[in-house]
Amino acid sequence: MKLRRRPRGRVLAVLAATAILAVAVTVGLAIANRPVPLTVRNLRIAVTDGPAGNQHVSLDATFYTPPGSGRVPAVLIAHGFGGTKNSVRGEAEELARAGYAVLTWSARGFGTSTGQVALDSPDYEVKDTEQLISWLAKQPRVRLDGPGDPRVGIAGASYGGGIALLTAAYDRRVDAIVPQITWNNLATALFPNAAEGTTPGDGVFKRQWAGLLFTEGSLGFGRTVAPPAAAGQTGTGTNAGSGTGATAGSSGQAGTPAQAAAGAQAAAAQAAECGRFLPAVCAVYRQVATVGQPTPAAVTLLTRDSPASVAGRLNVPTLLIQGEHDSLFGLDQADANYRAIQRNGAPVDMVWFNGGHDGGNQEDARLNLLTQQWFDRWLKSPARPFPRSAAAPAQGRPAATAGTGQPAFAVTRNRGFDPSSNQDVLGVATAPSYPGLGGSTQATVALQGPPQTIARPPGGAPAAISVFPGFGALGGLTFDVPGQSAAFQSGPLTRPVQVTGSPVIQLRVTGQSAITLFAKVYDVDQAGNAILPDQLAAPLTVPASEGRNITVQLPAIDHSFAAGHRLRLVLSATDYAYATPQSGAVYRVALASPGLSVPSDPALGLGSSGLPWWTWAAPIAALLAAGLIMGTRRRRAGDDFDADLADVPLEITGLTKRYKDGQLAVSDLSLRVERGQILGLLGPNGAGKTTALRVLMGLIHPDAGTITIFGRRVRAGAPALSRLGSFVEGPGFLPHLSGRANLDLYWRATGRPADAAHLADVLVIAGLGAAIDRPVRAYSRGMSQRLAIAQAMLGFPDLLVLDEPMNGLDPPQIREMRDVLIRYAADGRAVILSSHMLAEVEQTCTHVVVMGLGRRLAEGRVSEIIGTGAGLVVGTPQPERAADLLAGLDGIDSAEAHPDGVLVHPNGVAPSAVVAALVEAGIPVDRVTPNRRLEDAFLALIAGQTISDPGEDE
Amino acid sequence: MTSATAPTPTPASAGAPGYRARRTLPFRVEAIRQFRRRRTLIAYSILMVLPWVLVGAFEISGPASGGNGTPGLVTAATNGGLNFAAFSFFVSAGFLLVVIVALFCGDTIASEASWSSLRYLLAAPVPRARLLRQKLAVAATYSALAILTFALMSMVAGTVAFGWHPLRLPGSGIDVPTGSALGRLAVVFGYILITETVVAGLAFLLSVSTDSPLGAVGGAVGLIIVSNILDAITALGGWREILPSHWQFAWISAMQSQITWTGMIEGAAVSVSYAIVLFALAFRRFRTRDIVS
Repeated sequence: MKLRRRPRGRVLAVLAATAILAVAVTVGLAIANRPVPLTVRNLRIAVTDGPAGNQHVSLDATFYTPPGSGRVPAVLIAHGFGGTKNSVRGEAEELARAGYAVLTWSARGFGTSTGQVALDSPDYEVKDTEQLISWLAKQPRVRLDGPGDPRVGIAGASYGGGIALLTAAYDRRVDAIVPQITWNNLATALFPNAAEGTTPGDGVFKRQWAGLLFTEGSLGFGRTVAPPAAAGQTGTGTNAGSGTGATAGSSGQAGTPAQAAAGAQAAAAQAAECGRFLPAVCAVYRQVATVGQPTPAAVTLLTRDSPASVAGRLNVPTLLIQGEHDSLFGLDQADANYRAIQRNGAPVDMVWFNGGHDGGNQEDARLNLLTQQWFDRWLKSPARPFPRSAAAPAQGRPAATAGTGQPAFAVTRNRGFDPSSNQDVLGVATAPSYPGLGGSTQATVALQGPPQTIARPPGGAPAAISVFPGFGALGGLTFDVPGQSAAFQSGPLTRPVQVTGSPVIQLRVTGQSAITLFAKVYDVDQAGNAILPDQLAAPLTVPASEGRNITVQLPAIDHSFAAGHRLRLVLSATDYAYATPQSGAVYRVALASPGLSVPSDPALGLGSSGLPWWTWAAPIAALLAAGLIMGTRRRRAGDDFDADLADVPLEITGLTKRYKDGQLAVSDLSLRVERGQILGLLGPNGAGKTTALRVLMGLIHPDAGTITIFGRRVRAGAPALSRLGSFVEGPGFLPHLSGRANLDLYWRATGRPADAAHLADVLVIAGLGAAIDRPVRAYSRGMSQRLAIAQAMLGFPDLLVLDEPMNGLDPPQIREMRDVLIRYAADGRAVILSSHMLAEVEQTCTHVVVMGLGRRLAEGRVSEIIGTGAGLVVGTPQPERAADLLAGLDGIDSAEAHPDGVLVHPNGVAPSAVVAALVEAGIPVDRVTPNRRLEDAFLALIAGQTISDPGEDE
Repeated sequence: MTSATAPTPTPASAGAPGYRARRTLPFRVEAIRQFRRRRTLIAYSILMVLPWVLVGAFEISGPASGGNGTPGLVTAATNGGLNFAAFSFFVSAGFLLVVIVALFCGDTIASEASWSSLRYLLAAPVPRARLLRQKLAVAATYSALAILTFALMSMVAGTVAFGWHPLRLPGSGIDVPTGSALGRLAVVFGYILITETVVAGLAFLLSVSTDSPLGAVGGAVGLIIVSNILDAITALGGWREILPSHWQFAWISAMQSQITWTGMIEGAAVSVSYAIVLFALAFRRFRTRDIVS
């Protein structure tokens, strides 16, 4: 149907507009987000280091500067173990775009830098970095705090975090640092001991992690180990590419070609074992990996390469970022750094994020942003750098972030599972201060369990599993070997227990040899499934003893134990990740005190809910959109009532309706129906009858003109329509319901009182008999038709509109219906009858309106339309004679031949007189019938009108 | 025409005696009009029989094994009536319930138009906005009742087949006692109702735009399928969050040991937003539309 084509076109237009808008927005965003062009310079920087300051190393570096020409603060970004300067390119570019001059470099022994790995040694890497700072001071784009003192910060993760802390301790020119997932003391990180009162280095060897890192170093970080070439290579500063002779072994050290050639064999041998490690470092590893215990020399070396050795000098604004999933450098390492810096009075914030060396969500974007904000605060914004004077005592300095409104402590927490993305949802809880691993409050959870005897098998296999170093996320697999572990469990928690920090427990242990245990706290749900938060275990080792009370610091975690869950403390004699003595042993483990002390920090709040902004904005926007879509309701105008027409059943004035496809269906139609009238609406197909009735019923909106029913303006759904009964364009019933139910429900749908329906009378009119209780779908056309007319008469409306009511009725029914309508109008109501059956209209209607092509062609009483006097057709075998005779009589307007005889138009003469006259003249009369004058009139009226597309009358 | 009384002129009131627009098409009347339809009866029959079919399938094949990729709700389905109801939600929320809701809401107006009864209702006159409101209320009630029937029948079938046991949460295996388990299932039911408002809105909008009931129902289901397909394209990333069907299964977080509300709140926000706009469009379209059927 044509009518519906338009909306579809509009939908297409809207879709197209939406698509164009989307493209425009995308392009706009792309232009807006176009990266700021950076100046990137690859270069080599020659440095001199070593204990004696005589070893020449060429560092492969990249210098990023933001656009412009002014001086900006500088940031050094150090890479992690096994990485190169390219590993941090993304962060470097991001910081450079934020307005920093950024220098990245491959540390000695990594990438194409020469030299050997000394594990962030003050003699080597720290000296290198100090010289990089001096290099920065000479750059024209770098802002200076003084001669040779650039405004500079250092960021880096793991190995890079270590160099950030150590360089800051050794070099006062450093103004801010952001060390991530790094150590405070390599001795305690690689040989942890959770038993209180132990000294660094007497812990349990973190065998798997150490092995992984050493192997990474031995493999030369993916580079081919080549014999030393062009020894004495020292690089030439900015000459990028001069360091192509990537060298292994001792090539970084100064020497003559002859010496280098002589040492080639030994170097190759060492390279195979030690890769690019400094021989001293390699030797330490060889020793501890074999014995599982560090020598004092090793402890000294490891401690010297640790911020712990220079704790008193760590007085630089520091943002410490440590991972919750980290069995290499746990939260305790960052905690130690925090305490050192805080003691020295420097600003320090703590961030625990979801990732770490074991995996988890590394939160790169957020951490990069935090890093940039820290540098903005301490490098970019201040006119003067944070004063780092060695003499400044800890006391009297402002607290880290006091007054800035910034949270000093942030913890990434799992807020639960998001089923829509099948991922855990992370939220960040913050607190104004960092309470340390002991928490700001402590609760006690009572554990139960008898003293238990456990054994460590000789050789230490099979071992319990807490974590696969570096692959901690592997399915979260944990495993305790039966017989090797003791367990102490709490009852079901009555309410959730939040742990933020290191729980503490007191144990009583007995063993014939040195006692090595791995302590961990499981979260056990109601079904007995146990998970190990962050997959962390705390190793402890104490000397042999016949019953000894020890206080154990369990791994630092941030974890919420749900109500109904239990805490289970497990002490295992083995752990895959750690070195355990090869000898077998038997221990007895008991709780010295049943209370597990769990720290927490109630100040940590998740802040506002983690719901995205659109959660609230979208429904509000939708409501606004809905308001716009609905628009303001057209107020029912006060002039809806015309008192002059209050007793006029129907008046139509100037009605015009053009359908959306352009067809003019009704044009300036006016008509009026008075009480007692039966108005016949005549017209060929396409005349606009149905359209006019549709407007009358409030189904379609007219373009112009008004319709009033008893003076009330008709609009869609206007109350005045309740005085109108209609049957237009065929019946409309619910096919599954009986005729009676249809009428009953229809009446109830009008909401009017049941006793006003006159249902019984109407059912008589329908005359369906027993069929009234059969489903309508079984009705014949005539039955439906009668039911529909009955429905139109429900409640005896003052105005009844019937469209082709006689269609499908048989002659007796037609006659009956005619009588009904005549009686109906005689009671003072009005009826509109639209019909093609002109004889019916002529016999039933008092008035007629003839329409054609949407216009009113004629209106008036039926007799007016027909003309005065009714015509007679006289059937006779002698029509000529009869015509001649009758034409000459008085009281006869005309008489002419007709196919059936003679057509007579009497004027004041009764038909009997006409017959008498003919018979008197000897002319036989076979029959006398009334002539269908309305048909003639109708045909005459519509003559010349083209029957156009009956678009609305199908 | 025996007792036709002369009409009383009522110049003071706009309509016939006793006519009040507010009383037209009462909820009960529309409910009765729709109830006896084959469509209604068939939809309800399917929903009442399906749980037994599912139970039969489990009885034949034995409990589902928790292999890789098998959702935990399926594995736990045979744990008892409560679990079986949760399982039924899981298997039906993606498509069956969408079809049911589209069926009830999609042919509200379109079927009246196809029966030609719409014009008589409008000429009764039932004001257009009221007609939509009442039809929407009835369709929504039948939809909600259908989903509730399905859930209750699943619970009955599951209880008959597997007994009445606490709700075992998938994954953690925690048993939730009856009281709070029913609470969780009520949350799931409520959330599913909210997400189905999008389907209802879509079907309703199509229903006022076409005279073909099948077109309205099929169109709504089709668009939801398109949304599902788009949601399966992970490359769309965050854009999928604006797809209504993206949030279809957010209620699964109510089956975890700790209920997370985030996903359900986000999903509800998306669904409600779509529904509001779609319903507004439907009302506007119907208010201004020429009824020519």
